[in-house]
Amino acid sequence: MRSYSRRFLAVAALAVLTTATAACTTDEPAPSAAPAGSSGPAESAGPGDRGTGAQSKFFVQADYDAQMTMRRAEPTGPADKPWEQSIDPQLIDTAAYKKAAPYHLCFSNAAIDNPWRQVGWKTMQAEVALHKEIERFTALDAEGKDDKQISDIAELQGKGCDVLIVSPNTTATLTPAVSGACPKVPVIVFDRGVETDCPVTFIKPVGGYAFGAEAAEFLVDKVPSGGKILALRILPGVDVLETRWSAAKVAFDSSDLDVVGVEFTDGDAAKTKSIVGDYIQRYGKIDGVWMDSGATAVAAVEAFEDAGLPVPPINGEDQQDFLQKWSDAKLTAIAPTYPTYQWRTPVIAALKILKGEQVPKIWNLPQPAITQENLATYLKPGMPPLHYALCGCEDLPGYPEKWGGTS
Amino acid sequence: MRRALPIFVVLAGLLIAIAVVNPYFLEPPAFLAFVKRAAPLVILAAGQYFVIVSGEFDLSVGSLVTAEVVIAARLIDGSAEATWPVLALLLVLGLLVGLVNGIVTTIFRVPSFITTLGMLLILSGAVFLWTGGAPRGALSPEFRELGRGSLGPVPWSVLILVAVVAAAVYAMRAGFGHTLIAAGDNDRAAALSGVRLARVRTAAFMISGLSAAVAAILLGGFAGVSAQAGNGLEFQAITAVVLGGVVLGGGRGSVVAAMAGAFTLEALFTLLNLYGISGALEPAVQGVIIIAAVALGAVRFPRRRTAAAS
Repeated sequence: MRSYSRRFLAVAALAVLTTATAACTTDEPAPSAAPAGSSGPAESAGPGDRGTGAQSKFFVQADYDAQMTMRRAEPTGPADKPWEQSIDPQLIDTAAYKKAAPYHLCFSNAAIDNPWRQVGWKTMQAEVALHKEIERFTALDAEGKDDKQISDIAELQGKGCDVLIVSPNTTATLTPAVSGACPKVPVIVFDRGVETDCPVTFIKPVGGYAFGAEAAEFLVDKVPSGGKILALRILPGVDVLETRWSAAKVAFDSSDLDVVGVEFTDGDAAKTKSIVGDYIQRYGKIDGVWMDSGATAVAAVEAFEDAGLPVPPINGEDQQDFLQKWSDAKLTAIAPTYPTYQWRTPVIAALKILKGEQVPKIWNLPQPAITQENLATYLKPGMPPLHYALCGCEDLPGYPEKWGGTS
Repeated sequence: MRRALPIFVVLAGLLIAIAVVNPYFLEPPAFLAFVKRAAPLVILAAGQYFVIVSGEFDLSVGSLVTAEVVIAARLIDGSAEATWPVLALLLVLGLLVGLVNGIVTTIFRVPSFITTLGMLLILSGAVFLWTGGAPRGALSPEFRELGRGSLGPVPWSVLILVAVVAAAVYAMRAGFGHTLIAAGDNDRAAALSGVRLARVRTAAFMISGLSAAVAAILLGGFAGVSAQAGNGLEFQAITAVVLGGVVLGGGRGSVVAAMAGAFTLEALFTLLNLYGISGALEPAVQGVIIIAAVALGAVRFPRRRTAAAS
């Protein structure tokens, strides 16, 4: 009997301890230790405070301003080939790298561990196959590991590459490896950047601020004044995701919307659905959902459907399952994108450099958003649920089968 | 049953705490939604209980859930006719993985910690290799109905959960349950008194595999295809079982308490969410629970008289 009550006390104490911790954290107004932390129900919103918490330490005003300008700028280049377009290009001379065909291209890839990179990687391979002057294409997959990518880059330098394309796993750690390769071979960096300007060109879409702002501005426009917004993020502390949220925060802070929660989903559909379900219960009604990535957007939509409520304005991404749901359920939605067609551009850039043609020093690709008006053009029937519509791959040989679709 | 009491008191306390923040919680639709969400974890905890009480571990259930969801999506590919055969296949696959875990552990005498950790890695590696990180195909609406839909006001997953609870309680009251506890408490004594250890423990692993298959069907139905469907579930299930007062190392604890432990864990997560605490705290809470519960068990251990309860 003695041991029985001991155990009881211990378990009870444990439960009390955890709930007590829960209680005190909410009593404090938005602790600075958790910049993107959630707002508790007891928290009172002061003037100018829209429940969005402190600004991310990744926020850089100058970058934000630059992206806001680029979002509205007209890109140069062929309108039907956005992967060849660039915004405000500062062209540089590449005559020094001019060489006769055939060419050997090399590619150090950060990873192919998510659907976005899968679609991009297939698109890149198809682009390479288009060009007969590319005799060899050597690609190494770093499997999401910095150390492997550092040795991959070193290994590729000994393979006689004419151009080295790098998609860095992380920005800071890969910088020395890229700097080391620059003197030996022309380097092209795309997707994430590096902290050196030694690559011949750096290719990227407009960026994360533009993504986050696009979605947030849509909600500010569509959700009635004072509406309750739930923001769903994957993880804290990842630069490309922090920029998306920090731009959304700027938009929400200057609006009259009420951000009732900022939650982390780990990119998990079940967790997303549960969180949205909890918020619907807690507030009775949620008037808008902002997401930093579209992977779990369908789960969020389903949470409203399963609760028997109309789906409020929401943003997803250009993933097929979301576009399909949007079209079927007639959602009020927008899909900002981080286009996978950017995987075509490095190959095109490599050939331009080897032919001595000019390329932009920073190749800013346009980053369109899918809206109600152009949804029908991007929603392609027969593609798999995790396909990305902005692959720019429709004109490539092997489409749609190579991308898992059926014609 | 008497020993299961503390966890029920804690569970009741948590439910009341949730109801204080959100009075709507105790109304039938909201409460059923809670039970529905908890169902996969409760079923996994029941399966894990059988393995733990027999003195072993099953770390492979999380990646088994992921593998099952991904396989289901690929094979069904949105077709209604394929739904029932694939459901049957998933259950068989769960049993098969359990059988392999059981045989490797009992016949080849590889510690279950290593066997099932190996199985975890094999399954997650195989899923990754097969899908390359992007699952293909889609689950049919019929498949999703089990995790998403309901019969009148009662979700299917709640009905399935009730059936699982009944089956688990029955199994533990039957001779199988008694031999399982005997095997976990003192395997040498059990073997000398005629218990076929290998057979009993292998059956426990198969039950765990089966529970992972059922959980996968419910989770896939609830949330759809995802290559992360089962992430971390093995630790949640073990935490739930330990929270229910089941002793790691086997021989003590009740299956009802283990399932109540799963409800408690889910209630705790719900409460943390209601108080606006980031999900990042969940693994930390689980870690505290596992260590605290095992530490308490170790302190208590020499003074306790062996007892079995169901």
